[in-house]
Amino acid sequence: MALVEQRVEPSERPTWFERIPASWWIVGVILLIMPTFASDFVLFQIFGWTFILGIIALSLMLLAGYGGMVSLVQMTVAGCAGYMVAIFGVSAITGISQGWPWYVSIPLALIIAVLFGTISGWLAVRTEGIYTIMITLAIASAFFYFTRQNYVIFNGFSGFNGVLPPRLFGVDWRGPIAFYYLTLFWAVVCYLVVLYLSRAPFGLALQGVRDNQRRMAALGFNVTAHRVAAYAFAALLAGMGGILLTWQSAQISPGTAGIGPAIDILVVAVIGGLRRPIGPFIGAFIYVLLKTFAIDVLVALGLGGERFQLLIGLGFLVIVLWSPDGILGLWDRWRESRGRDPLLDPRGGPMDDRTGDRRGDRRVDSR
Amino acid sequence: MRAFAERHPYWSAVILIVAAVLLWMIFALWPEWLTDLIGRKKIFLNAVFNGITLGGLYFLVASGFTLIFGLMRNVNLAHGSLYLLGGYFGYLIADWTGYWLLAFPASFILVAALGVLLQVFVFRRMEGQDLRQTLVTIGISIVMADLMLWIWGGDFYNINAPSWLNGPMQTFFVTGVKRSSGELIFLKYPMVRVVIFAASVVVGVGMWLLLNRTRIGMLIRAGVDDRDMLSATGARIQLVFVGVFAFGAGLAGMAGVVGGTFQSVAPGEDVRFLLASLVVVIVGGMGSIPGAALGALIIGLAEQIGSVYFPTYAVVLTFLIMVLVLAFRPQGLLGRG
Repeated sequence: MALVEQRVEPSERPTWFERIPASWWIVGVILLIMPTFASDFVLFQIFGWTFILGIIALSLMLLAGYGGMVSLVQMTVAGCAGYMVAIFGVSAITGISQGWPWYVSIPLALIIAVLFGTISGWLAVRTEGIYTIMITLAIASAFFYFTRQNYVIFNGFSGFNGVLPPRLFGVDWRGPIAFYYLTLFWAVVCYLVVLYLSRAPFGLALQGVRDNQRRMAALGFNVTAHRVAAYAFAALLAGMGGILLTWQSAQISPGTAGIGPAIDILVVAVIGGLRRPIGPFIGAFIYVLLKTFAIDVLVALGLGGERFQLLIGLGFLVIVLWSPDGILGLWDRWRESRGRDPLLDPRGGPMDDRTGDRRGDRRVDSR
Repeated sequence: MRAFAERHPYWSAVILIVAAVLLWMIFALWPEWLTDLIGRKKIFLNAVFNGITLGGLYFLVASGFTLIFGLMRNVNLAHGSLYLLGGYFGYLIADWTGYWLLAFPASFILVAALGVLLQVFVFRRMEGQDLRQTLVTIGISIVMADLMLWIWGGDFYNINAPSWLNGPMQTFFVTGVKRSSGELIFLKYPMVRVVIFAASVVVGVGMWLLLNRTRIGMLIRAGVDDRDMLSATGARIQLVFVGVFAFGAGLAGMAGVVGGTFQSVAPGEDVRFLLASLVVVIVGGMGSIPGAALGALIIGLAEQIGSVYFPTYAVVLTFLIMVLVLAFRPQGLLGRG
């Protein structure tokens, strides 16, 4: 009886509007009014790049966090989409670029990127766990070498320059403010879609596959199809990020999607945290800040600016060694330790399994 | 071998024919039409020999990688960095003492010591979390690459082989006939490469003997099959782990000296050899030493023959082989399913 009495009437239930925490509103408003006080450099270079890297790393987070598959091919998929936009659309290399309008070239680029991602995923899911890293790394480097050697389609070492976004509604989308809102819009869209997906039946099944693929197979789920579908969807995200990245730098070359950038995406995702979709964006922000300002800091310390890679590597090592869940994991742990009553539960609590090892790892090993 | 032939009669026939054609192409005098078709025999033989010797080098790097993976399930993505570090050590020692041969054991010991440190202080702490270990190895490789760039700069270093190894060596492979006198022309091949290939064969056979004929090898093989069971029987598995990691790392370091003599020691070689050993191990089969040998041979040959006959896509060819193997035999050619 008590249950019936306590049931909340629909009108008293908090609306979706009220359910969003206050801090999110603050972040959202700050991001929206950013152009009023931030400089062009901050808007275009720092935030634009953060959102783009965040989108690509988000596609990795989707695969690694929900699917348990750490793929190094995401940057390659992004590069593939960037190349396709340059080849089908407009670029300074008029001999190769087809110059088709944006409403043809962009969907075509995304379709090819998704195809590429799906095929790589299909190859990668034929093996399990850590093999995925090796195979995707090998695919990424194959793409890098192929684009560097092929002059007929990919224009070899120099790639394409002058790849600009279309002038839609009379706006120069590469202008700092317009580009900022463009990347912000797509970052928010991708974020919300991944958030939705994580609670949709497909996302839940994917997480089930991550935790115990045998049980999911026994329940009648097609494990391989779920994994390949995750790769396909992640490829769509990465492809969008890749097109934006190409527009930002107005060029694409083999170095954009080389082995270094592929590993950087992993670094970004891991530093931010692979547990929730916001992690990649946090990681991307830290990475971009480091990449932009580390040189000044290092020079100020008398070390020489070229030691940036060392700083990133050490930061990555520290995060992986002490907080496998990245910055988000640290944040969770801090909140947990703050909200816990030391007298009531001496160690751990309902949130305990959040801070431990990633579940997927243990499963892989208990084979 | 016989079981394989009985199970896959068509495949064994194809393999036999390919091997026969290859042997014929290596030993026979080429008729005119073949020379017209694909160029002179000398070029082909050189490509094949370069491929085989490069395969020997790949085997040295990849065997340590596959051994570590097979036993500890640790995809050591810092393996390329260990290779490069070994190359730099080898250069320093050979340059300082003047003894080329001394560079091998010294490099082996130094890099193996680093391997012991890594295993004891880093990987043991996160045993059983293979994904995290792999991420740590990525971090280590980034840090090591930058440290080495800091110390040695971006220059190319070449380890000089001693004078008794310099120069070409007469082999008994016929490349052609002299038009004027009818004498046979024999292939001349760099002595260093032959010696190093022989050394890698010796290392490979030694490893096989160690794994299959000794007590330590028995422990390692048992650990590859089921390490929980092995530790339950009272074997000191941590010691085995440390030993295997040190040995694998040391092999990579020694391969660095070989690579520095063959080619050169420079930044970027670490990624190249990491990728090569990844592909070799994927093609040959994870955790299998004979698989690593077969994979190294295939990849080395594909790379060199490819770079002679279709230079643009030589690198892509190796990855194509990998994709084909993955598509039809995901566990690798000699891997256990």
